[in-house]
Amino acid sequence: MPDLLLELFSEEIPARMQKRASEDLQKLVTDGLVDAGLTYEGAKGFATPRRLALTVHGVTARSADTREERKGPKVGAPEKALEGFMRAAGLSSIDEAQIQSDPKKGEFYVAVIEKPGRDAQEIIAGLIPGIIRNFPWPKSMRWGAGSTKPDTLRWVRPLRSILCTFGPETEDPEVVPFEVDGITSGDVTHGHRFMAPQPLRIRRFDDYTDKLNAAKVVLDSARREEIILEEAKNLAFSQNLDLVEDSALLHEVAGLVEWPIVLMGTFDERFLNLPDEVIQLTIRVNQKCFVLRDPKSGALTNRFILVSNLIASDGGKQIVAGNEKVVRARLSDAMFFWETDLKTPLQARVEKLGNIIFHEQLGTQLQRVERIRSLAKALAPATSAKVAEANRAAELCKADLVTEMVGEFPELQGLMGRYYATAQDETSAVAAACEDHYRPQGPGDTVPSDPVSITVALSDKLDTLSGFWLIDEKPTGSKDPYALRRAALGVIRLILENNCELSLTGAIEQACIGYGDGMKGVAVADDGVAKDLLSFFHDRLKVYLRDQGRRHDLIDAVISEDADDLRLIVRRVEALSEFLASEDGKALLSGSKRAANILRAEEKKEGRAFDSTVSSELLTHPAEKALAEAVDISVGKAKAAVDAHDFTAAIEALSQLRAPVDAFFEDVMVNDDNTQIRENRLNLLNRIRQATHTVADFSKIEG
Amino acid sequence: MSPSDQHSTALDLPPHMRPERSFQGLILALQRFWADYGCVVLQPYDMEVGAGTFHPATTLRALGHKPWRAAYVQPSRRPGDGRYGENPNRLQHYYQFQVLLKPSPPDLQDLYLKSLAAIGVDAALHDVRFVEDDWESPTLGAWGLGWECWCDGMEVSQFTYFQQVCGIECSPVAGELTYGLERLAMYVQGVDNVYDLNFNGRDGDERISYGDVFLQAEQEYSRHNFEHVNTDILFQHFKDAEAECQALLSAGARQMEEAGDGIHKVVLPAYDQCIKASHVFNLLDARGVISVTERQSYILRVRDLSKACGEAFLQTDAGGAVAKESQNA
Repeated sequence: MPDLLLELFSEEIPARMQKRASEDLQKLVTDGLVDAGLTYEGAKGFATPRRLALTVHGVTARSADTREERKGPKVGAPEKALEGFMRAAGLSSIDEAQIQSDPKKGEFYVAVIEKPGRDAQEIIAGLIPGIIRNFPWPKSMRWGAGSTKPDTLRWVRPLRSILCTFGPETEDPEVVPFEVDGITSGDVTHGHRFMAPQPLRIRRFDDYTDKLNAAKVVLDSARREEIILEEAKNLAFSQNLDLVEDSALLHEVAGLVEWPIVLMGTFDERFLNLPDEVIQLTIRVNQKCFVLRDPKSGALTNRFILVSNLIASDGGKQIVAGNEKVVRARLSDAMFFWETDLKTPLQARVEKLGNIIFHEQLGTQLQRVERIRSLAKALAPATSAKVAEANRAAELCKADLVTEMVGEFPELQGLMGRYYATAQDETSAVAAACEDHYRPQGPGDTVPSDPVSITVALSDKLDTLSGFWLIDEKPTGSKDPYALRRAALGVIRLILENNCELSLTGAIEQACIGYGDGMKGVAVADDGVAKDLLSFFHDRLKVYLRDQGRRHDLIDAVISEDADDLRLIVRRVEALSEFLASEDGKALLSGSKRAANILRAEEKKEGRAFDSTVSSELLTHPAEKALAEAVDISVGKAKAAVDAHDFTAAIEALSQLRAPVDAFFEDVMVNDDNTQIRENRLNLLNRIRQATHTVADFSKIEG
Repeated sequence: MSPSDQHSTALDLPPHMRPERSFQGLILALQRFWADYGCVVLQPYDMEVGAGTFHPATTLRALGHKPWRAAYVQPSRRPGDGRYGENPNRLQHYYQFQVLLKPSPPDLQDLYLKSLAAIGVDAALHDVRFVEDDWESPTLGAWGLGWECWCDGMEVSQFTYFQQVCGIECSPVAGELTYGLERLAMYVQGVDNVYDLNFNGRDGDERISYGDVFLQAEQEYSRHNFEHVNTDILFQHFKDAEAECQALLSAGARQMEEAGDGIHKVVLPAYDQCIKASHVFNLLDARGVISVTERQSYILRVRDLSKACGEAFLQTDAGGAVAKESQNA
């Protein structure tokens, strides 16, 4: 069975696009072969900075002949029907169709479409130009003199040559001839740009990888990653150091070289005074190098690993020296930022936040900080934070935004605040809050547990949410540019995971007060804003609980419009789900549903509600007397328990209803002939509904 | 036309002209290299610009179908990068060496590597890499794809295939090379501080350093950019330049109407005003007096000017337009 080898040789392909491109190439070609009626045994795509390659082995040499019969209209059918049939079957005259007949339909036309199989070569030559022309690059470009043509080829960077061979293992494969925008397929490629630029004539895949290897190109990116990792570890080990592994960086670096050569560089020890994160980020982002740790202390050392693409004639001395120079310059910059930043206390920077617009309508970062401060002071009792510390942390929490370091590395916001706060002897709680008030950043991020961090984190997020609600910039559909859903989830997790007793409505109202009524374009807070934002929290809470495996119908059943203590909602859900798993719970649910169904039917029939008091004189049957009594007791107990936030007790009170409800439905006919008795019984059913409602809206529970 | 064959290597030069010891020697070597390739070697544009790309020999000549090859040094001003002469790498005024080839030749990468060899960067000894960098200039309404060119981990050049300039599709596509001259010179001279660069390649009393030439200027301009520049005047300059650019374009269009030849008459002077507006905006930005939201609107205003200039340029001879038989003659 023959094999196909394809290589698209170009100017340097961005590292981040290579993997996806090799996968796309594999899928597009193999799908195309299969669609054309060929089969294959296996395929694998590859990418280096300068080439995409694909091997497909065990391809059938020719597609099978096909014969298809297509039934058409009856003989004598209208002209239009015949025309449609001929068009669909590709006939030029109806005489080309056969006539068949069956007892039901009579005589009708049949077109026999016979297609001879095609050589795989021909199929490939027809397939690949289209794949190249429509390749799904995230960004593509035009180049050269040909770029004036409207149909000019677009590629990620200029495409220089195409290699395409096809043939059985035992024979010399042949070039599959085709042409794309002036580039003719052939059997030639090139090795490493500097170490082996000569043309290489290629026959098949094994020959291709061997020749490339000899020409200093490692085709497989996984292999390049392996080489880099192994050599980096060995080099580190030889110096008694540990490599700080970084798989994203490894992947990127493997996409920047065809022949990885791992080298080690050094920088001045004085730079180790910088925070580890700053050193790592500087070296990683700017230089794409790895940092090394001391295995004993775990601290970073003044060594780094670089990956070059060249076996240099001096063994890499100049390459190392050059990289060291750049690392030195970058770390000097960072050191300069660090030292400059340390000269100015954070509180002296706060004023400068007045120059940064947070949002056109919501004012500057300074105004934001002022709001967060007053909110933090108000929330401190609920989070058991010291008011003075919460206030201080809120004052400083955004000050690092105007430091030199964060200006250079925005991703260090928060972390630098913590370092600078520590350096100026703030309490550890205040310093931690400078970093942790941004948390949690997503579902996987940790939630702060220190009361000061919790307070500022809540204040920051509630201020943001309330502000955007006041200017009516809410998330819609997939659009959430200010990450408000994430902020709301953060509030939910902060409250629940720290068990904060907090009235959300009160906190939102407090946050709205911070915006006052003088800000341009900001609506004066009214009930509607707090209500609407609370309902947004309810929605996010449902998503959160659902992700935790809670039944969404139970959540719906316990959330009332004004429920603003999230812990209570969760406790209710927990108590309810436990109850419903018990026999009593199941029976009561079905009893109360039955009551609700009867009520609904009667209410609809008569167009009125049955919500009057149950009259004890009209109770005739012992079972209904017992039920009325039980309901009164249960409601009383359940209400008291709910008020005390003891949902287990409330549920326990409700469960006492199970037996009397069952007995009632067993022994009593609701629709008594006496209309007064009937109405009284309907009122009694309504009491069952009311009783369960003290804990949850049972009508929203499924099953 | 083939520069590599006969062109002198760094070693043939007298010591004071060698790129590894002379800043001006490096510039001259690059000029020589691209002159040998057939470029017109231009002199810097006589206006303040943020990058060599703003030179009309790049911005405007990248438009239209006429072939174009140019190389030149362009002093570039980035007011916000001033460090009062105290930072060894950052300058508010520095030199770029700019090459524009339209259409981009198929061997542009090889040409670039040969030009590095011409200034003493040996590809057998140094790790030269092409690292993804998508280039965009919001004020010029321009973008392109290409790379940062790395030498031993240092970005020494930008390499871009222009796709769009002044909001207009490039047809054909031009290739742009921008060499960061100070960085390259620091590299080949082996110095860590830009002010220590040997400027003239001489020793002893005859030696002139980069610091001798530019340190005072860096200090003074940093003071100017960050402390003294009169923002009221600058805001007025911006408005004036914007209005003047539009007025000149209208005047040129009017004269085109009168002549009836389809040739715009006043594009280059209008484009000067666009450059001016862009630089004034950079100064204001460095002073920190433009808010984030205003910033966007200033960028759009400059872009509108560059777009209008680019469109008008296509109606000129250099932009590839052919004069119609005058109907008013």
